Amino acid sequence: MSPAKKQAKKPATKPAKKTGPGSNGRGKADADDKVRTLEQLLATREIVISCGAGGVGKTTTAAAAAAMAAVHLGGKVLVLTVDPARRLASALGIEEFGNTEVRVPDAAFAAAGVQPRGELWAAMLDTKKSWDDLIHRHAPDEQTREQILANSLYQNISARFVQSHDYIAMERLYEIHTSGEYDLIVVDTPPTRNALDFLEAPERMGDFFSSKLLRWLTAPSKSRLMTMASKPFYTVADRILGTQFLADIAEFFSLFQTMAPGFVERAEAVTKILADKRTTFVVVSTLESAPLHEAEFFIEALGEKRFHLGALVLNKVLPSYLRRTATTGVAKRMCSDADELAATLGDVGEVDDVARVLATVGESFLNYQVVAKREAEQRASLARSPDVVAAVPYFESDIFDLTGLLALGDQIWR
Amino acid sequence: MTSLLDRKLLFVTGKGGVGKSTIAASIGLLAAEQGKKTLVCEVDAKGNLADFYEAGDTTFEPRELQPGLWAMSMNTEESLKEYLSLQLKIPLLARIGPLARTFDFIATAAPGVKEILTVGKLAWEVREKNYDLVVVDAVASGHIVGQLTAPQGINELVQVGMIRNQTQWMLDILNDPAQTGVVIVAAPEEMPVAETIELVERLQSETEVDVAAIVVNRVLPELFNEREEALFDKVRVPKRVAALNEAVGGDVGPVLDAAELAVTLRRSRAGHLARLRESVPSSLPLLYVPYLFTRSHGARATRQVAELLAEEL
Repeated sequence: MSPAKKQAKKPATKPAKKTGPGSNGRGKADADDKVRTLEQLLATREIVISCGAGGVGKTTTAAAAAAMAAVHLGGKVLVLTVDPARRLASALGIEEFGNTEVRVPDAAFAAAGVQPRGELWAAMLDTKKSWDDLIHRHAPDEQTREQILANSLYQNISARFVQSHDYIAMERLYEIHTSGEYDLIVVDTPPTRNALDFLEAPERMGDFFSSKLLRWLTAPSKSRLMTMASKPFYTVADRILGTQFLADIAEFFSLFQTMAPGFVERAEAVTKILADKRTTFVVVSTLESAPLHEAEFFIEALGEKRFHLGALVLNKVLPSYLRRTATTGVAKRMCSDADELAATLGDVGEVDDVARVLATVGESFLNYQVVAKREAEQRASLARSPDVVAAVPYFESDIFDLTGLLALGDQIWR
Repeated sequence: MTSLLDRKLLFVTGKGGVGKSTIAASIGLLAAEQGKKTLVCEVDAKGNLADFYEAGDTTFEPRELQPGLWAMSMNTEESLKEYLSLQLKIPLLARIGPLARTFDFIATAAPGVKEILTVGKLAWEVREKNYDLVVVDAVASGHIVGQLTAPQGINELVQVGMIRNQTQWMLDILNDPAQTGVVIVAAPEEMPVAETIELVERLQSETEVDVAAIVVNRVLPELFNEREEALFDKVRVPKRVAALNEAVGGDVGPVLDAAELAVTLRRSRAGHLARLRESVPSSLPLLYVPYLFTRSHGARATRQVAELLAEEL
């Protein structure tokens, strides 16, 4: 009885709500519940996944967002990165960090002149270590575990295996999230050749372990030879790789197979976390054509998979004054009438030198204007973009401390 | 020291986002226009080499885009088929089905198989003298060492079998600096420079493959010399800005700001460039490609970069 009542109630309340902001005027930011800033987005989520092409400032953006969340939103915030750059560790005021989470010291915040409401923690993804941990968790017995860890192929494979970086990143995320230790986890994703690899990694891992192929390969070799269907493959593989090598692979995977049930179950759980309501994706890019193209592709993929696209962060954006048309004329005159203008300035220096400076300045403006306009066009041509779009201007120098990270954070926060 | 375009096989690599493919495409174009029969091959599955020439999609089967310039994209499965029929004389076209299905697995499971099929195909083109120069838009700097050491790795891992017998001639080509070289593309920014320095060290310690050159892409121009900069600072004082505004009949503020920005951007990069020069062997040539202030990308940009590269060579 009561469920029916509840269901009946819901549609009744909805239209009433809708008329509220509609009649009160739409322009008001507080009038609707829409998330408009990164601050609002991060306040409502537990997992933020930062993704994009290589070299666009993904890691720095993730660290800046996490630092801002620790300062302004409070709670325990973790930034999980795959970037082995020492620079990030030192920017966060810690010596070095690895698979275990380290707390960013209050002193680092004090040096940046802020007192955080919460705590900022950092960890770096160590693929090999994470794989070893996984084996420890899923191996059915000690003997199998030791056999796997000692296998000569294991090292090679743990680094390459089915986009193992992508999978392991998601796996670690899942593990940390379910530990309930943090209010917010910001993850920086590994650079992938294809955005989809990353999104599909857990799914593919599950598929792999439940595949016929693995079962066939790990079947006793005699029965394998009998299978007619597999004969051509066996012949070919044997001729290319040599029997011994093939046997090594088979042995390794038959050991691995013992862990299959645990892996499959786990991969399913990890897949779920990507689609969870508490998870959001932040796509990072610059306005250059190649990274932006990749960002668009990623945004599309998120849509297809019904993952939540929370924000788009555009880094290294040139200032908007470069696009002013009125200034174009001014710059052109500085080029063409440089001598005349230099003369009006009088006492600056040799007129020829001053004229050359003025012409160079005008020329440089026009050069940068071309780039700024090109970038603006690129931005306008984005087919789909999320509610939150943050543009970060060029920073004068590299970010080397928490002050720098927070300065970047300020640009994207509100 | 063999000049860049006189080699037979160039692997172009670099950190993501530095313009690796642009440089690879430009080197290919330049070589072709100098009369060399050139093959440009993209290895990455992303497949946008075509965008840099705007001459249609590329496939595993090389296609002549303009006289002397051929392009292809690597497909390790196709490479395996070709390899099997050419080298092992296995007539397997009829039963390729199970092979295709199992290929991904083998390629994943057996370390170096994909890499060796890639490197092997490219080295094969060199060995057969099908082209004067093969330019590879290779994997990014994080993976290139793995790709180049695959033949060596296979040699050690696989005890017997056809592939083992095949690796020696590949190594002979790869490890000969007169034939093969790596071109590292960098941008004058902190991370790309750090990664380039690290990669030079790794290539020298972990492989026998020669580093042919570092191409520093998108170098911003130096606006002023010292004296001019002093003059610029004088021009920026309010009364002179006012005088300029008056004379021009508009606001020169943004124009001056833009020059300031250009100087700052250039300066922050200069340090990284200096560090790069200091940190790699002085015998290693650094080629500088200026930032392109143009609205075009695609074929037009590839041509411009090729012309700029020609000046550096």
